[in-house]
Amino acid sequence: MLKALQLEPEKCTGCLQCEMACSYENEAVFNPSKSRIKVFNFHDEGRFAPYTCSQCSEAWCMHACPVEAIVINQQTGAKEVIEDVCVGCKVCTIACPFGTGNYNSDSGKVIKCDLCGGDPACATACPTGAITYVDADHTGLARMKAHAGQSIPKN
Amino acid sequence: MKHIVVGAGPAGVVAAETLRKLQASADVTLIGDEPEAPYSRMALPYYLVKQIAEEGTHLRKGADHFAKHGITVKQDRVSAINRAQKQVSLASGEVLAYDKLLLATGSRPVAPPIPGMDLPGIFSCWTLADARNIAARAKPGAKVLLMGAGFIGCIILEALAQSGAELTVVEMEGRMVPRMMNDTAGNMIKDWCESRGVKVHTSTRVTGITKGTAHPLSAALSTGQQLEVDLIVSATGVRPNIGFLQGTGLETGQGILINRHMQTNDPNIFAAGDVAEGRDFSTGESSVQAIQPTATEHAQLAARNMVGQQGAIHRGSVNMNVLDTLGLISSSFGLWMGKPGGDSAELLNRDRFRYLNLQFDGEVLVGATSLGMTQHVGVLRGLIQTKTRLGKWKDRLLEDPTRLMEAYLGSTQAVGFNAALLK
Repeated sequence: MLKALQLEPEKCTGCLQCEMACSYENEAVFNPSKSRIKVFNFHDEGRFAPYTCSQCSEAWCMHACPVEAIVINQQTGAKEVIEDVCVGCKVCTIACPFGTGNYNSDSGKVIKCDLCGGDPACATACPTGAITYVDADHTGLARMKAHAGQSIPKN
Repeated sequence: MKHIVVGAGPAGVVAAETLRKLQASADVTLIGDEPEAPYSRMALPYYLVKQIAEEGTHLRKGADHFAKHGITVKQDRVSAINRAQKQVSLASGEVLAYDKLLLATGSRPVAPPIPGMDLPGIFSCWTLADARNIAARAKPGAKVLLMGAGFIGCIILEALAQSGAELTVVEMEGRMVPRMMNDTAGNMIKDWCESRGVKVHTSTRVTGITKGTAHPLSAALSTGQQLEVDLIVSATGVRPNIGFLQGTGLETGQGILINRHMQTNDPNIFAAGDVAEGRDFSTGESSVQAIQPTATEHAQLAARNMVGQQGAIHRGSVNMNVLDTLGLISSSFGLWMGKPGGDSAELLNRDRFRYLNLQFDGEVLVGATSLGMTQHVGVLRGLIQTKTRLGKWKDRLLEDPTRLMEAYLGSTQAVGFNAALLK
């Protein structure tokens, strides 16, 4: 069973523990600016929204890579950047329409969520259940319904 | 089904692989005329600075990649297309029959029409063979002249400067990367390069090249200056490889004209990538974009149409580029120059080389330019291509253009107030 990150902004308190956990797991530093998951701040509404790569199936980043540095991990379904192969051309960072692949100028390579190989540190660190790692077939259904519902005019 | 793909660049390789994926039983032949494994020109600058070996430029790793996927790779050149017989003739004399043919022959550099371009020591930086020649000559301390500061020129600029050469850049337009960056951004890139020891002459032409005295080559500039150098790299533009189509009756403009199914005026012949003049998302008109993401997008769509898939319609590719000039990262998307009657948001910090410019048409983002931005840049493409109606987020972006991700999430996802609907 393929699993995916389920992100539920309404449960997020903006504590940023996911960003700390991600940067520590992947870059060995506590530095939110190196995190692959980001919590966006909606201060007008007092809300927060964690967001990262959804590992989309026809991944724009993967198809746009000129040197086959982004490959599918067959076990997790994650699109992973092979750091040794990535030349740092950044084409994937403009190709991803979700804005979830970022260039890391320290390493000269691109970084993106790789689901930590199947045990995402962000989900483990999240204290409120806003980030969970669940059956991929069930992520987002409720959100899609809600968003669709929102677009129906009220009479 | 017999599919022939001509051209072994990114478009050709992605198309061949997609054809194989969609049609397990089909014959897929990929023809490329360079004596190399299919490689990426995008990766050549990194080879120039020895960040990667030659294999690092290869589009696919593993010598048996194509064989493993049942794709026949031929190193040859198409000399003629017989549309009536549905055959292509190769330079080797071989004749191959096709059911569907894809032309992905890319583009080639154009030499400026000035005297002396045939002297030894002048190279384009287009093929792996060019890169080998340049790498052998761009030694630390070598005097190098780069003609052209467009996208390709600027990609090589970084590699040449890093190799320790003493670099001078000549660009005939009034700013750097004129077809990707506006005046503000193009001139900031120039300032950045000059502050890092590269001499940049904009609004300047090389009028002729002769043999030098102190150095092998001497270039005359339109400013009257004479420049003696060891090596000249020419990056004054590229043109689609369409010469071989003369007499075939295939319609061409700047490139090969294709419809929204990536089809030429011959329903069995398709085109993709740098050679194809396809639909531009922003203008709705046909243009040669000659960029990597468009090449792979074209290729996938062409393959889907070649196997007869319904609904594989090209909605148009968003023109976009990302560039790294000596560590200053820039990008532009769509109608970065703006749309008549549209409004824009701009954030500028010249001292820190930070710049973000957004162009709107009503409440939709249609173009953008950024300098010094490495986080979440792709969302610019997303917002443009999905024509997201930004609603209240437009005013917020006019106030603070950096809130792009919030604008995207707030406009498209159940976040904040929307999330109440989940309960």
